[in-house]
Amino acid sequence: MFKRLGDTADTLTIEIDGKSVRARSGDTVAAAMLANGIDHCRTTPVTGAPRAPYCLMGVCFECLVMIDGVGSRQGCLVPVRDGMRVETQQGKREAGR
Amino acid sequence: MAASDYDVAVVGGGLVGAATAWGLAREGCRVALLDEGDRAVRASRGNFALVWVQSKGLGLAAYAGWTVRSSNAWADFAATLKEETGLDVCFQRPGGFHLALSERELEARATTLKRLHNQPGIVDYKTEILDHSQVAKMLPDIGREVVGASYCPLDGHVNSLRLFRTLHTAIHARGVKYLPSHRVENIVREEGEFRLTTTQGEVRAGRVALAAGNANMRLAPMVGLEAPMKPERGQIVVTERLRPFLHHPVVTLRQTDEGTVMIGDSKEESLDPTGLTLGVSATEAERAVRQFPLLANVNVVRTWSAIRVMTQDGFPIYDESETHPGAFVLCCHSGVTLAANHALTVAPMIARGALDKTLVAPFSARRFHVQEAG
Ligand code: FES
Repeated sequence: MFKRLGDTADTLTIEIDGKSVRARSGDTVAAAMLANGIDHCRTTPVTGAPRAPYCLMGVCFECLVMIDGVGSRQGCLVPVRDGMRVETQQGKREAGR
Repeated sequence: MAASDYDVAVVGGGLVGAATAWGLAREGCRVALLDEGDRAVRASRGNFALVWVQSKGLGLAAYAGWTVRSSNAWADFAATLKEETGLDVCFQRPGGFHLALSERELEARATTLKRLHNQPGIVDYKTEILDHSQVAKMLPDIGREVVGASYCPLDGHVNSLRLFRTLHTAIHARGVKYLPSHRVENIVREEGEFRLTTTQGEVRAGRVALAAGNANMRLAPMVGLEAPMKPERGQIVVTERLRPFLHHPVVTLRQTDEGTVMIGDSKEESLDPTGLTLGVSATEAERAVRQFPLLANVNVVRTWSAIRVMTQDGFPIYDESETHPGAFVLCCHSGVTLAANHALTVAPMIARGALDKTLVAPFSARRFHVQEAG
């Protein structure tokens, strides 16, 4: 859906739901997910509706994902790091994981 | 009295007042429910939502019986509210726990329950002391540090914010006149009726029921009653919504029907509902993680504090005035647990014009005066 502007090389590798994908230094987690064609990062705890990053500036909380084992982090506020593990969230979180 | 605007003016739009107003309307009374404005200390918005039996009644055996009566009436109460409003307050009574994190805590728990059950006239509400493995059968996620618990099959919980909304929907449907921003400044009894001076003019009613929580302390003396209160502040920690893992309420921790976990049972003397003591939240969270280690990496989404309604000895007060016939006062800490009693037992008494002494005599405020108590 989204195309990268310019041709800076994808220099980092992160893991999204167990799959290795490329990202660029300076990407946020939300940007890297969108650039990799992931169209929703979670389903809501209340109705299970799919949600994707929306405001990309920290106010809407639509971009919640699990990052390196910590749940419900705002993907649009966290810069990617090489080797980062990102997991999408399905419905209510499960305590203990 | 026919000239009065209302048969009964209930003062206080919280859980006690709304439950009482609903009960009165069901008896056919014309009811006004007088409330303060949005800046009032709204204790009913801040509570833990337990319908709780275990531990109630140490020092006043009748309070145990009164609590069990309400607990037993709760399922029908919830069903009736649902019939009238279509709203489900999510009442559940799966039995509840009081967890101990050390042998000393468990012993203290056992001693308290023994003293409670040794009181003459006490109703037996079947609380047992269980060891770790017995508790783990019902609460598989407890931590190793949980040495045991007391368990009472009558304990339950509810969605208390929805209860609040449901009661207000129900009274509206039954024609109760809800009067917000009507802080009561004065009450007099003249020509056989009560005249309540409010910030928005006078309200006249044949009877008056004071259900204003801690503010009953100010109002009760206006009609020859008293309500000695000792409010305190409690703090709650709320987590994000989680998949159901906890199927029984614990006195300090419960998972709501919507998935959040509420943690906390702190007591502080501060009466500022807008303040928060961070150390208290930290202690509550730390104990919660020892009780349920899987909470360790769950996110907290809110912490809040609220003022508890509390009488000076912790037991309810139900009284009627001798000097101002037709004036009643209702005070209690457990506005959720006792809601069924207020709606189904106390309100009909007020509708009839007299408290039923066989049920509520032990809760007269006369107990605060040793010489007069009888
Ligand atoms: S996209 Fe709105 S907060 Fe992240």
